Amino acid sequence: MSWRAASGLRPWLLQRLSAVYLAAYLLFSVVVWVGGVADFHHWQAWFAQPLVNAASLLFLVALLGHAWVGTRDILMDYVKPVGWRFALLSLFGLAFLISLGLGLRGLLQVGA
Amino acid sequence: MHPSLQRPVFLDLRRIRQPVTAVVSILHRLSGLLLVLAAPFAVALFALSLRDAAGFQQAVEILASPPLRLLGLLLGWGLLHHLLAGLRFLCLDLDLGVSRTVARRSALGVLLGALILSIGLAGVWL
Repeated sequence: MSWRAASGLRPWLLQRLSAVYLAAYLLFSVVVWVGGVADFHHWQAWFAQPLVNAASLLFLVALLGHAWVGTRDILMDYVKPVGWRFALLSLFGLAFLISLGLGLRGLLQVGA
Repeated sequence: MHPSLQRPVFLDLRRIRQPVTAVVSILHRLSGLLLVLAAPFAVALFALSLRDAAGFQQAVEILASPPLRLLGLLLGWGLLHHLLAGLRFLCLDLDLGVSRTVARRSALGVLLGALILSIGLAGVWL
């Protein structure tokens, strides 16, 4: 069975795989930050570590991908007029793309 | 008229009583929507906090302001409910806990668990 034939299977799978990664990263973050953040240098040094930086970049991509699939599901269920659906999907898509750019810049700045 | 259009329709939301599994499901959607609306602002705040010491200070002050504390608590509940309900749905996908008794019990656990953890969060956060 090709991916194209299995329409809807790819986003379904993406939603679950990203969910597992998001949950794991969040639980790990809670363990790391439960005692509070000392200061900026402590905060920046943490995200500058190559492994943490890469894991956080992946978190950002997983988060926005997960948000996109979920938003798409909800809009397809409740917003029936094609024009409105297209407009709202575009709006959310744009917001997620801008977020991706902002997050990438922030993380790459400290990671480089 | 097509037979499917003659079916009775009952959509009085004030009188419909949903089972706890349905409540957990719709709150999973609602909390997801809340988180989606907050996500771009959260990412922007995170980027600001990593920019420099002044940006970090600014981000801390924004998060510490009273309206954002309240909003943060709402989003904290949203994240907890979304996470717990999502983990429950992953278990259901794996055929774990699909019997009616267990599914109802786990749904109640998710609903109450997220609320209780949020109250705990409020104690630390507010």
